[in-house]
Amino acid sequence: MTAFFQSLGMTYDWAWFVSTVCGILLIALPLMLAVAMIIYVDRKIWAAMALRRGPNVVGPFGLLQSFADGLKVFLQETIVPSAANKGIFLIAPVITFTVALMAWAVIPFNSGAMLANINVGLLYILAISSLGVYGTIMAGWASNSKYPFFSAMRASAQMISYEVSIGFIIVCVVLWAGTFNLNDIVKAQQGHVFGIFNGFVFNPLLFPMWVMFLISSLAETQRAPFDLTEAESELVAGYQTEYSSMAFAAYWLGEYANVLLMCALNTTLFFGGWLPPLDWAPLYLVPGFIWFLLKVFFFFFVFSWVKATVPRYRYDQLMRLGWKIFLPTSLLFVVLVSGYLMLTRYS
Amino acid sequence: MIHVIAFYLFAVMTVASAAITILSRNPVHSVLWLILAFFNAAGLMVLTGAEFIAMLLVIVYVGAVAVLFLFVVMMLDIDFAELRAGFVRYFPLGALVALVLLAEMVLGIGAYRVGSIQLGTPDGTAAVAEGVSNTAAIGALLYSRYLFLFEAAGIILLVAMIGAIVLTHRQRNDTRGQKISKQNARRPEEATVNVKPEVGKGVTL
Repeated sequence: MTAFFQSLGMTYDWAWFVSTVCGILLIALPLMLAVAMIIYVDRKIWAAMALRRGPNVVGPFGLLQSFADGLKVFLQETIVPSAANKGIFLIAPVITFTVALMAWAVIPFNSGAMLANINVGLLYILAISSLGVYGTIMAGWASNSKYPFFSAMRASAQMISYEVSIGFIIVCVVLWAGTFNLNDIVKAQQGHVFGIFNGFVFNPLLFPMWVMFLISSLAETQRAPFDLTEAESELVAGYQTEYSSMAFAAYWLGEYANVLLMCALNTTLFFGGWLPPLDWAPLYLVPGFIWFLLKVFFFFFVFSWVKATVPRYRYDQLMRLGWKIFLPTSLLFVVLVSGYLMLTRYS
Repeated sequence: MIHVIAFYLFAVMTVASAAITILSRNPVHSVLWLILAFFNAAGLMVLTGAEFIAMLLVIVYVGAVAVLFLFVVMMLDIDFAELRAGFVRYFPLGALVALVLLAEMVLGIGAYRVGSIQLGTPDGTAAVAEGVSNTAAIGALLYSRYLFLFEAAGIILLVAMIGAIVLTHRQRNDTRGQKISKQNARRPEEATVNVKPEVGKGVTL
C-alpha cells in the first residue's frame, strides 16, 4: 500500500504514514462491526441452546439489536463515583479497549495481509495481551468499591496464571514452525501431516497443545466456564460494576474483541490460518481471507457453545487447572516437542 | 523523519514518566507511571532494531513484574503523612544509591567509549548480519558462547523460587482441602448402601 501512495507523489515517510493509518482503519472499523454482530450471534446461539428466541425485535431477525444497545449505552449519563480515583477510573476502559485492538496488527488475514509483518509477531501478541491485565486491575482499584476490587484481583490472577501455560504452548508451536512471524507460522502448516492436512492440530504431538490452548483462551478472556470475575452470585457484576455509559461499553467491546482475537489465534496457530483445511489445489481457489473468517467464526461458535453448556468453575478448581495440570503438561510437551525435533529435524 | 519523531516521543515519555514515578505521592500512581516508562523504553528498543528484547521487556517487566508490584502496593494501607516523614532520614541513603548508580553509568560508558567492551558499535560495524533476525542471533549466542552463564542464571532463579516457597510455605493440618483424585476414584458401590430397615428401627451407618 505504501508503494501506491508513493505513486501519488508523496514522499516515502508520508506514504508510509498514510498507508498505515488506512491499514489501521481497515482493520479496526470492520472489527468493531464484527464485534457488534458477534454479540448478536453469541446471544442467538445461547438462546437457541436454551430453546429461546433471543433478540428478534430490532431490525430483521433482531440483527440491529447490538446497535440499539450501543445507542442506549451511548445516550446514558457517565457516572463517576465520588470516592473513585478519577484519572485511573477513566483511563482503565480506554486501556482495555486499546489493547484489545492493538493485538490485531500482526494477525494475518491472508497471505501477507497484515498491518505489521514483524519477526516477533507472536511475542508481540503475548506482550500486548499481558497489558490487558492493567485495564482490569486499574478499574477494580480505582472504583474504590469492594466487589470490583475482588473481581479485579480474581481476573488478574486468572489472566496471569493462564498466560504462563499459553506461553509454553506457544513455545511448542514456535519450535515446530521455527519462527515467531505469524505469517510464516501459517505457511509452515501447509501440508503439515502427510502433505494432506493444513494445520498443526493434526499433529499428534501438538493436538493436546491445541486442546489446552483452547481452554486457556477461554480462561484468558474470562469466558464461561471461567467467568468467575463476573460471577453474579458472588460479586455484583465484576470489575466493571461501577462503570456506566460508554466506559462500560468500552469494556464490553474490548471483551468481545479479545474473544475474537483468541479465536483468530486458535485459527492461526493450530488450524492453518488463511490456508484451506486440506492441501488440495481446488480449495485454494477460495480466497484465504474467506477461510480465515470461516475458521474464526467456527471457533466463536465453539466459545458460545461452551458458554451455553458448561457450568462455572470454582476459583480453586480454576487455579488448580492452570498451575497443577496445564503448567506441568505444557512444560512436558515443550520437552517432548523439542526432543522430537532434535532427533528428526536437527540431527 | 518518522524515526526521529518516534524517538523523541518515546524518549520524552520515558524520562517524564520516570520522573513522575519518583515525584508522585500515591504509590499506585508511581507504579503505573513506572509501567509507562517500561513501555516507552521498549519502544526505544524497537527503534534501535532490538525488537526481541523490546517484546521481552514488555512481557517480563510490564506483564509480570509490574503486576506483582501493583498487587503489593494496592494491598498496602498507605499512610501518606508517614511516607513523607522519612524523607530527611533516608536522604543520605538515597543520595548514596544515586551516586553509586551515577558512578556505574560513567564507568560503563567510559569503558564502552575506550572500546574494552565488545558490543555493537554506534556506526553498526559489529551489528548482526543482514537477514538474520535478532531472535535467531541472540539464541545462537546464548546457547553456544554463553551457555553456562545462561544455565547458571536459570539455576539461580530456580533456587530463588524454591527458597521463596520454602520460606513462606506452612504445613497446616487443620484445613480440609478438596482431593479431586480421591473424589474421582469413588464408585457408587462403595459410597452407597441399600438397606431396607424395619419400620421404627432406623439405620446405623
